[in-house]
Amino acid sequence: MAALLELVHISKRFGGVVVADDVSVSVEPGEAIGVLGPNGAGKTTLFGMISGDVRPDSGEVHFAGHVVNRLDSAARCRLGIGRTYQIPKPFERMSVFENVLVAAQQGAQTRGPESHQSAISTLERSGLLDKANRSAGSLGLLDRKRLELARTLATRPKLLLLDEVAGGLTDPEMHELVAVVRAIRDEGTAVVWIEHVVRALVGAVERLLCLSGGTFIADGEPRAVLESPAVREVYLGTEELAIEGSV
Amino acid sequence: MTTAPDLLRPDSIDRAQAFRIGRSARPSGWLIPVAAGLVILLAFMPALVSAGDTSLLVNVFILLTISTMWNLLAGYAGMVSIGQQAFIGLGAYAVLIGAIHGMEPFTVIPIAAVVCAVIALPISVLVFRTRGGYFAIATWVVASTAELVISSITSIGGGTGRSVPGLASLSPSLYGHITYWSSLAVVVVSLAITYLLLRSRLGLVLAAVRDDEDGARAAGARVMTARRIVFMVAALGCGAAGALLAVSQLQVQPASVFSVQFSAEIIFVTLIGGMGTIEGPIIGTIIYFALQQNLAQHGAWYLIIVGTVAVVIAIWLPRGLWGTATRRLRFEFFPVGYHVLPLKSQKKPSTPGAGATQPAGASDG
Repeated sequence: MAALLELVHISKRFGGVVVADDVSVSVEPGEAIGVLGPNGAGKTTLFGMISGDVRPDSGEVHFAGHVVNRLDSAARCRLGIGRTYQIPKPFERMSVFENVLVAAQQGAQTRGPESHQSAISTLERSGLLDKANRSAGSLGLLDRKRLELARTLATRPKLLLLDEVAGGLTDPEMHELVAVVRAIRDEGTAVVWIEHVVRALVGAVERLLCLSGGTFIADGEPRAVLESPAVREVYLGTEELAIEGSV
Repeated sequence: MTTAPDLLRPDSIDRAQAFRIGRSARPSGWLIPVAAGLVILLAFMPALVSAGDTSLLVNVFILLTISTMWNLLAGYAGMVSIGQQAFIGLGAYAVLIGAIHGMEPFTVIPIAAVVCAVIALPISVLVFRTRGGYFAIATWVVASTAELVISSITSIGGGTGRSVPGLASLSPSLYGHITYWSSLAVVVVSLAITYLLLRSRLGLVLAAVRDDEDGARAAGARVMTARRIVFMVAALGCGAAGALLAVSQLQVQPASVFSVQFSAEIIFVTLIGGMGTIEGPIIGTIIYFALQQNLAQHGAWYLIIVGTVAVVIAIWLPRGLWGTATRRLRFEFFPVGYHVLPLKSQKKPSTPGAGATQPAGASDG
């Protein structure tokens, strides 16, 4: 099967800092991949280059058979690349429903009652339906994260890029969010998930990548990656890899 | 653990259909009759008030039109322009040029509006390269450039301007009436376009862009296209207002129709009324003219009071008068948002015993 997403020899540097050094990777349709890496490893920049927020210095981004380098993030969203931001970007003065509706109308290009229906369904599965008429600015952190996810889902992505959705949440909150992500994956949407909370990842992905210094130092089955010497070395002295309590 | 329902599973669709999507929190069916009644009343004004009051109302409608357009630009699309006088001036000159070539000045008004919208397209390519304060300055530069170019064309009066031919043949009362009705038509159409545009898909995009531009792009919104459409609509409205200015003043002078004074008035009116609300410029325009009518004879004191009002509202009511009121009252004349309303008939089908407070007949819905 043709890859859904393919990064071909992508490089990016900010001044003297190399955040992507000749990175090549591909994601199959329906695949769920976790991305690990220490702070500053270039994970979010990598997402930016896939979603269109950041331009690579060299290399190509292929998505669903198109070279998307020259497309902006709105065009890529319409093609099926959905992205959440680490710090949610709700439309604060709009209602929760309107936040999701605009994504359904623009990203998924639905109209009228179909778009209303789609927004309602997305809110329901994200657990936000009872807050549909609240202004997005009045939401707490968990609901902001839910809304960020709901808005992205409403664009009907083929590829979902999740940037630290579990960060800052309590354990029960995190479990709830992981359940939603699993359900999305089970429907056949490809998921690439950046997460520091490793135990959230392990239960939800079948492949793990570890990014460090702008290159992938490990790629494979989650437990094998976590136990690999290269990954251990990067995380030496940190407790983030403790997976005893994995979901 | 709860599992998220599949979008395609029928029970999820059923639940979703238990909601109705409304456009306002409260019923608003009385709005259209009230608005229509008000417009009809205004249409009969020339028969009820003096010619002087009629021409004052023309100025009110012109200022309300350009403020409504600026509010659309700045309040909804986040583009703070101080160069809308470019399109006011070009609209005025379109009428002058049309009249010089033998066209009926009043019929040129819609043409002038469309011409300004078309001219706005290449201008948008230029000024959209800038942001924020730089955008404001860029629009001002465009307006000044337009004034300089127009002033250098001697066939349309150069720097001193020209009177609009073809209006002297009308009787004073007919001229006054047609001018009034034209300006009423322009302001009603401008408000209607603004309202419908904000209720459309584009309006939702504009609200998203206003709140978070990157977020709007990530949701698939074509931000540039949305901005461009709004910029062109604003030029359309300002062009029509400029055309009205030409017919109501009987002459066109570059220094007057391209005056940056317009931007000052627009901003005052919109800020005191409430930026980002359709009602704001209406309230603001009424207050502005009320102050002007009552205080203009006091010279410097008039300016001091107008300035004080602006400062007081900017400090204590940053949302403007209507913006503050609508938050308290949760009421809008022009509802543009969405409200999810549960359908009462399906509200609690699983708990019939709990329905003690409901009248017995309510279950047959």
